[in-house]
Amino acid sequence: MTEVSRRHLLLASGAVLITRAAQARAPGEAASPSQRWGLLIDTAKCDSGCTACIDGCKAEMGLTGHDRPLTDAQYIRKLTVKDPMDGNTHFLPVMCQHCAKPACVDVCPTGASMKRADGIVLVDRHICIGCRYCMMACPYKARSFTHEEQSGQKPHLPRGKGTVEGCTLCVHRIDAGGQPACVEACATKGKGAMLFGDLKDPGSTIARRVAAEATTRIRADLGLGPAVRYQGI
Amino acid sequence: MTLLARLLLGLMLTVTAAAAFAADFPALPKARGGDCVAAAPVMRRDHADMLKHQRDDTLRRGIRGVKASLKDCVACHSTDGADAKPVPITAPGQFCQTCHAYVAAKPDCFECHATTTGAAP
Ligand code: HEC
Ligand code: HEC
Ligand code: HEC
Repeated sequence: MTEVSRRHLLLASGAVLITRAAQARAPGEAASPSQRWGLLIDTAKCDSGCTACIDGCKAEMGLTGHDRPLTDAQYIRKLTVKDPMDGNTHFLPVMCQHCAKPACVDVCPTGASMKRADGIVLVDRHICIGCRYCMMACPYKARSFTHEEQSGQKPHLPRGKGTVEGCTLCVHRIDAGGQPACVEACATKGKGAMLFGDLKDPGSTIARRVAAEATTRIRADLGLGPAVRYQGI
Repeated sequence: MTLLARLLLGLMLTVTAAAAFAADFPALPKARGGDCVAAAPVMRRDHADMLKHQRDDTLRRGIRGVKASLKDCVACHSTDGADAKPVPITAPGQFCQTCHAYVAAKPDCFECHATTTGAAP
């Protein structure tokens, strides 16, 4: 009830136009189902050699590896897709797609894989038993398993041996009114191929563009309802 | 009057005598920042429950900026070493560790959670 009235107050005041993009929730306020955070990625602006989003993600999350690409934690993978008919290639970053109907949540035996009210899909590592069903269920290969003991973690991203992890859409930044580190890195060091926003807010840039322009979801046929949209593929 | 005083004195003596049997409670490093999130007796008794409650509220419901954040415990209760570098809160002699060693509790929180406030190396 309070959430609704607060939102209406904001809408009525008109202040929402200025504050919409980045607004931290008040202390003590829970994530709200009236929001749905998502990304729009324009592959035409995604270059083959660029790894700005991946580097930005690793730095933000404190992901250190052991030079073992098969098992090192990765929240974003960069894919090359090739059209077999004409041989044209495109590049796209793939991270957790924050599905509306996440397969990882369906298969999790403990409830550790979970979807927050605002659509962000997370691993509650406090109750993750490391079974990795979610990793097998995810068609986007979005999750990693922490194989080694960790030290030097970032305070905003606790991570440790024996649990599954993946992109959190930078939930710690979103809750503080910011945007994901990959989007920021792509804007400053890349070509600004990524747009972040609230898909349920009809006035947001992302919702307006998704309404006006053709966008695709990868493996849309699976019907999982990803919150990450792509253009140009 | 004197009887009461004697009684009280006697009581105090037995209390101190009893305390001397247990291993002396180790001194805890001083906290930085303001007051704790609750009074010390409450904290001693209830902090484990507070933290468990908080972790579900924050992670699963997205509630931030409220009382018993583990990040905040570390911010106030971790210390800097003689070299001015932050000491991991799990190191011997540090706040949580000292008392937990005394009471034989072994929470695993810091296998994942950062042991210092700063951007760790
Ligand atoms: C704003 C700073 C601050 C924060 C945040 C904070 N504390 Fe404290 N805490 C203190 C101070 C100051 C004391 C009083 C004792 C002292 O001076 O060291 C104290 C005392 C305590 C005591 C009693 C110690 C004793 O004397 O036996 C416990 C237990 C405790 N804190 C646990 C925690 C836990 C667990 C958290 C996180 C949920 C936390 N504190 C967060 C500042 C803080
Ligand atoms: C397997 C890894 C892991 C372990 C072990 C772990 N946590 Fe967490 N914890 C996390 C993650 C991941 C988050 C989410 C961080 C965020 O979004 O800010 C978190 C968040 C929290 C939060 C909310 C954020 C904050 O700093 O206040 C609390 C409280 C918390 N954990 C308490 C605990 C306690 C108490 C223990 C030990 C009994 C523990 N955790 C053990 C991974 C872990
Ligand atoms: C004054 C002594 C004392 C201090 C200081 C103290 N603890 Fe504890 N802690 C205990 C006792 C006793 C228990 C076991 C009883 C219980 O679970 O309530 C415990 C249990 C815990 C548990 C639950 C363990 C489990 O396996 O369920 C967590 C989590 C915890 N403490 C976190 C902390 C943190 C974080 C700090 C430092 C900020 C801290 N404690 C400082 C005495 C202390």
